[in-house]
Amino acid sequence: MYKNIVIKCSIIKFHKIGLCLLSFLFVFGCQTDDENLKDTKNSDTAEVFIDAPAGMGTDFYKPYGPDASNPVGSKFTAWTIDKKEGYNSAIAMRFDVPNSDNPEGNYAGAAFIIDGVGRDLTSYDALTFWAKSSPHGVTNLEFGFGEDFGENKYQVTIKGVSLGTTWAKYIIPMPDASKLVKERGMFRYSANTQGTKGKGFIFWIDELKFEKLGSLAQLRPLISNGEDIEDIKFLGNSFSMADYSLSQTFNMASGVNQKVTAAPSYFSFVSSNTDVATVSDAGIVNIVGIGISKITGSIAGVSAVGSLTVKVPGIFPIASDPILPQSRVISVFSDKYANIPVNFYNGYWQPYQTTEGGLTVISSQNVLNYTKFNFVGTGLKNPIDISEMTHFSVDILMLELPTDIDLLLTFKNESSKPNTFQQNRIGQNYQLDARAPVVFSDTQFQAGVWATIKVPIRPKSDIANLDKTGVSVIIIENIKSSKVKTLYMDNMYFYKE
Amino acid sequence: MYKIFKQEKMNKINKNLMFIKAILFKSFLSVLTLFVISSCSTNEKQTVVTKTQLVMNEEFDVDGAPKTELWSYNLGTGNNGWGNNELQYYTDASQNIKVEGGMLKITAIKESYMGSGYTSARILTKGKFEQKYGRIEARIKMPWGKGLWPAFWMLGANSDTVIWPQCGEIDIMEYLGSKPTSMFGTVHGSGYSGGNAISKNYTLINDRFDNDFHVFGIEWGENYINYYVDDKLYNQITPKDVPGEWVFNQPFYIILNMAVGGNFPGSPNAETVFPQTMTIDYVRVYQ
Repeated sequence: MYKNIVIKCSIIKFHKIGLCLLSFLFVFGCQTDDENLKDTKNSDTAEVFIDAPAGMGTDFYKPYGPDASNPVGSKFTAWTIDKKEGYNSAIAMRFDVPNSDNPEGNYAGAAFIIDGVGRDLTSYDALTFWAKSSPHGVTNLEFGFGEDFGENKYQVTIKGVSLGTTWAKYIIPMPDASKLVKERGMFRYSANTQGTKGKGFIFWIDELKFEKLGSLAQLRPLISNGEDIEDIKFLGNSFSMADYSLSQTFNMASGVNQKVTAAPSYFSFVSSNTDVATVSDAGIVNIVGIGISKITGSIAGVSAVGSLTVKVPGIFPIASDPILPQSRVISVFSDKYANIPVNFYNGYWQPYQTTEGGLTVISSQNVLNYTKFNFVGTGLKNPIDISEMTHFSVDILMLELPTDIDLLLTFKNESSKPNTFQQNRIGQNYQLDARAPVVFSDTQFQAGVWATIKVPIRPKSDIANLDKTGVSVIIIENIKSSKVKTLYMDNMYFYKE
Repeated sequence: MYKIFKQEKMNKINKNLMFIKAILFKSFLSVLTLFVISSCSTNEKQTVVTKTQLVMNEEFDVDGAPKTELWSYNLGTGNNGWGNNELQYYTDASQNIKVEGGMLKITAIKESYMGSGYTSARILTKGKFEQKYGRIEARIKMPWGKGLWPAFWMLGANSDTVIWPQCGEIDIMEYLGSKPTSMFGTVHGSGYSGGNAISKNYTLINDRFDNDFHVFGIEWGENYINYYVDDKLYNQITPKDVPGEWVFNQPFYIILNMAVGGNFPGSPNAETVFPQTMTIDYVRVYQ
């Protein structure tokens, strides 16, 4: 029965859930106002699942729905209670991770969220559980807690977890338990088949509970994976410190270090120059002035290794509006034109893509902003016919120019046969690839200035025969791995001359 | 001269009482009461021990190098890494060993020095303080990380003339940074040394040795050595436990050191954080 409810929940946008919860809280609050004040302390129940869900309510299982990076989403029915397997019992939670081509969902993932005000977890220091997998060991799973489908304020995740075929105990340390006075996110998991060549598997979890281990020590918070990094930001920019690899590493009783990804709210951040950048309690950075500010942080009084220095040269240079009339344009991304629908501006193609980012808003303009750029693609919702078009145009901005810019631009119909694409080089063509002629030389780029790149759509060729009736994906690759730290793109459209 | 405690020493000792921590949850009043009681009964906290007459106490109260009246250095790499293929070079440099803020700090540093990859320190009371029988304890906070091997131990005072292990070795505390919840106490003699030594592990439940200070001690008399950590007696070794001659009815001297790497702990790995410090609050000897 919960399945139906679950589906409904996942369709509702998060802010709506938030509203629902708010009203729920309000009602709850009214009831408790008259009660003895001592009762306002939230439940500190430790158990999440022992031989049954413990104090979790009836509707706690919230599978992940489709999103921009995964239009298929997780398999909603992955979780069941198994009455034949268990650690120290014959009952455990069973998770059936689907094959990668399962139409009902190509991975399994969900948050366990309780109703009400949440639990007081301040007397614990970790969430622990026992787990095993079948028919073989599996790698690269994610487990955590603190996800409430709202602010996810105190979310914690351990990544790259391996499970074996025999029961073993797993520990998710709390970055700072004192923050967890009313936590609703009791557990979260995400499991896919990248490590099993697309083949589904089963894993079990039992004895899932919060514990005071007392044996976690040597806490080491990290910002930017412990590195001091610099980034150029613009007046009016707003971003979360969560974009800068926040973590906390613990040494466990076994002597093994365990790193957890920690939400920004665990940190206390300090901006060295609040005339340039301010940081909120939730880790949101607002750029308020020109200059330089170094953002450092700590968790529970322990200084983090690593920092972010923001350099603010001024306002963001907005790309100038295209001048062609809408009638001569099929626009993929532009504030000037009506755009065709897209599935994503970043496909997060695994396992090789490092590029992060996508659509962002700077000075009320929609801009594509990519970081850690190696390659990235925009996926169109419906293949488009560009037979009538003569050119593809895209504006590109780099704030710092590497010396060896060599970008490979590809557009193609994903579902047509191989070798049906058009490729061009932007910058150099170090491989001297005749199939991809240079359309814009690297000397034409200026740091911090938008470049408009116009790519003639080629007639039929023997080498690569573009299917002009069904272009569905546009890919840009940093083919020489040059040090393009940040890439901005705007005004991406096909046009007729 | 060591028998009269200064008031600050009393305070220091009181501060160390393990059970106070547990009591803190209870009412302020009862803490006060207990505090008063405990300050009159410093030594009774450890029911595991019976020797209460202080004959030597090194409180590390003077900043700088450890005092020369009591301590000497072992320098360099010894033979074959002090017999264990240890990786460190022992120095007397202040970055490796110093008294600071009432604590002795022995620090292992990852640096190339005289052909070794690490530096650290080792001090001993040989020829300066040697003791037959008694209660010997130290309050120490451990380092952490694979490859760290600190120890608080003793060798027979005849170690220059009688070859090891016949001279006898009493390891009051050995610890590996890769096992932060465990330590062990060991005796070595002829017929039971190295890998065949008589040893026992002690493991903390819901705690670790690098989190806070712990007291490591032995109570040693004719034909017995009792091992304790804090207020827990965890082992007794007597002549019937050793497959060889009992070599512990003679004076021994005290050693404090932190080794890096070697046959026993293995080498540090990429996750071992340096520098690492072993912090010693005091060494006390009772009869």
